[in-house]
Amino acid sequence: MAIEILMPALSPTMEEGTLAKWLVKEGDVVKSGQILAEIETDKATMEFEAVDEGIVGKLLIAEGTAGVKVNTPIAVLVEEGESADAAPAAKVPAAAPVAAAPAPVAVAAAPVAVVSKASADWPEGTPMKTMTVREALREAMSEEMRSTPEVFIMGEEVGEYQGAYKISQGMLDEFGEKRVIDTPITEHGFTGIAVGAAFGGLRPIVEYMTFNFAMQAIDQIINSAAKTLYMSGGQMGCPIVFRGANGAAARVGAQHSQDYAAWYAMVPGLKVVMPYSAADAKGLLKQAIRDNNPVIFLENEILYGRSFEVPDLPDFTIPFGKARIWREGSDVTIVSFGIGMQYALEAADILAKDGISAEVIDLRTLRPIDYDTVLASVMKTNRCVTVEEGWPVGAIGNHLSAEIMMKAFDYLDAPVINCTGKDVPMPYAANLEKLALVTTAEVVEAVKSVCYR
Amino acid sequence: MAARKTTEKSNSSKDDLLHYYREMLLIRRFEEKAGQLYGMGLIGGFCHLYIGQEAVVVGLEAAAEEGDKRITSYRDHGHMLACGMDPKGVMAELTGREGGYSRGKGGSMHMFSKEKHFYGGHGIVGAQVPLGAGLAFADKYLDNKRVTFAYFGDGAANQGQVYEAYNMAELWNLPVIFVIENNQYAMGTSMKRSTKSTSLFGRGLAYGIQGEAVDGMDVQAVRAAGEKAIAVCRAGEGPYILEMMTYRYRGHSMSDPAKYRTREEVQKMRDEKDAIEHVRELLLGGGHATDDDLKEIDKEIKLRVNEAAEFAKDSPEPGLAELWTDIYA
Ligand SMILES: Cc1ncc(C[n+]2csc(CCOP(=O)(O)OP(=O)(O)O)c2C)c(N)n1
Ligand SMILES: [Mg+2]
Repeated sequence: MAIEILMPALSPTMEEGTLAKWLVKEGDVVKSGQILAEIETDKATMEFEAVDEGIVGKLLIAEGTAGVKVNTPIAVLVEEGESADAAPAAKVPAAAPVAAAPAPVAVAAAPVAVVSKASADWPEGTPMKTMTVREALREAMSEEMRSTPEVFIMGEEVGEYQGAYKISQGMLDEFGEKRVIDTPITEHGFTGIAVGAAFGGLRPIVEYMTFNFAMQAIDQIINSAAKTLYMSGGQMGCPIVFRGANGAAARVGAQHSQDYAAWYAMVPGLKVVMPYSAADAKGLLKQAIRDNNPVIFLENEILYGRSFEVPDLPDFTIPFGKARIWREGSDVTIVSFGIGMQYALEAADILAKDGISAEVIDLRTLRPIDYDTVLASVMKTNRCVTVEEGWPVGAIGNHLSAEIMMKAFDYLDAPVINCTGKDVPMPYAANLEKLALVTTAEVVEAVKSVCYR
Repeated sequence: MAARKTTEKSNSSKDDLLHYYREMLLIRRFEEKAGQLYGMGLIGGFCHLYIGQEAVVVGLEAAAEEGDKRITSYRDHGHMLACGMDPKGVMAELTGREGGYSRGKGGSMHMFSKEKHFYGGHGIVGAQVPLGAGLAFADKYLDNKRVTFAYFGDGAANQGQVYEAYNMAELWNLPVIFVIENNQYAMGTSMKRSTKSTSLFGRGLAYGIQGEAVDGMDVQAVRAAGEKAIAVCRAGEGPYILEMMTYRYRGHSMSDPAKYRTREEVQKMRDEKDAIEHVRELLLGGGHATDDDLKEIDKEIKLRVNEAAEFAKDSPEPGLAELWTDIYA
């Protein structure tokens, strides 16, 4: 049977090339591995080897031809006594498979009714207890460690020191050195070890003293933890939680005051949680530990000591991808998460006195994001302001604005405003630090602006 | 370790000894003052004091020449004072004021002086080590016979990037002296809880880097080791590792409860190994100075530190427009 030799792709980006030179002529016997031709790609001149054996029946493309598309037949190999015309009619190369299952591309469609997903996280009448965010996080981890032997925590100063921010206080006593593991200051190394342990069947919780130091380890988080399930065709998941303080603390300067919400929220394969209240910290951390995917859990040093009501239930989790409506309102939607909620809620109080009724939504998880609750609210209020501590370029608020524009454009009575941290590294000086952070006053002003007040 | 005897002989000159005494005392008094200002809320965030480790930077700076470079971690106040930066500018940076070396924008952990060849002040543990090798790379490239001191802690010594830097520094014979300030603790983690490879300079041998451990509480020993390391580097045979055995008396930072070691352990170090006390004894014992002479110096230093503190309190906060400057060159 005659065999067609096709123009090869000799670099990952090559679409066409020049057939610079034939090194065989019609009638030659070729062996597999023999150099047939020299081909110039977009990057280099490459030698093109024969894969099959046979006799060169016909050279279809003349030496020196430029712009030969990849997969175009360039020659025909025949067997002894066979004619080159026996080759199958040159056919148009099969087109690259067009996305069979297209990614859900947002199309500017006529607005459809969207139903909010926000609903109560626990049954009415559940007894509540007051707890700090710190205690809630500790309870979440301890409960999961009691019920699941594969769960362990590792990080700097989590054991004997009782946690740099005292989140793991007492846990070494209860769970012992095997499961509460002090590491040297080697973020990239211990993150890799934890990811490997997750591949190996354990469920690690990795504490970063702060997320600023996770930058040492971000390669393992993204290239190893987030992508391996996909790269292994679904075989090898990575159930792991990366948690720690994120964002600005107070006066600790540029290298220790950064919000990574938008960074991690960009990465498919990661889930990203950023709780505000103690109840959410507890319910979402338990959920994160049970999740079979890598979860980035962004805490906040300033919130650690804040107290909230937490349901007093033996086992309480909050699903990812479900926002919480903290306050219902009719004039404007304020969307935030993490410490941004503090400014959002304060602003709503101030605005209420001015007769502006704000609906305040806490996203709680940034991947997945509960778009429906945001859209349903915006379709009701027709105005939206987003609030976050991170930088303004590529912010979560930017993304939400785009989503709102695509799905609810006709409902908007004003452009969405993103309130963010300023576009500068965090300064140390007290007066400048205040300016760099997003403030309640800025949120109030933004709301008034979208309300044309 | 037994207490030092006052009869110990010194091979340092009177001038050298007086210089060490002044410089070390300046750092100690400065740090004590910084601790006070922190307590008063005038300094915020993280503030890591250098008290106890003074002999390391003073000894090495005595061996250095004009133009040599230095880079270190967040525990940087001593390094800045020892390389000749103005205590006023350092203190004013601690209070976040316009008169500070970074005009208030860097703070305790992030200060720089191009003029004094002080390249920071870095908050990420270990990051300054490759940076230091890079400074040395530039010097070698420019063939200017300078050396760089890259200071880091025993905790930082476990970071992977330190070893990546070691490998290239030796491969390219960079004129860098890796100075490990082994104060035995990384926050609350003692050396023996973080590694079984406890000879930190010894790790460099695996990369072909020469090095040694030095009594970092003895300023004369530090200087001598520094001179040797500098000679190696200037001869184009660098890098070199100096593991300075030292101790910090205070907590890791101002907010460290320091429950990981006993008060007795700290007291014993202060009583038996204190670097300033050592030089004081050499001065008195060698007949180089009288008690009154030293009291005079103490007074002088106190005055300088108080002036720095006053300056740091009086210097105004940076102008609000400063928020937006220095982001791009
Ligand atoms: C990459 C990174 N991880 C963690 C921290 C938090 N941290 C700051 S200092 C420190 C201990 C460092 O100890 P060592 O290197 O011995 O220096 P020392 O403080 O004793 O001078 C830690 C864990 C950090 N700043 N950077
Ligand atoms: Mg140390």
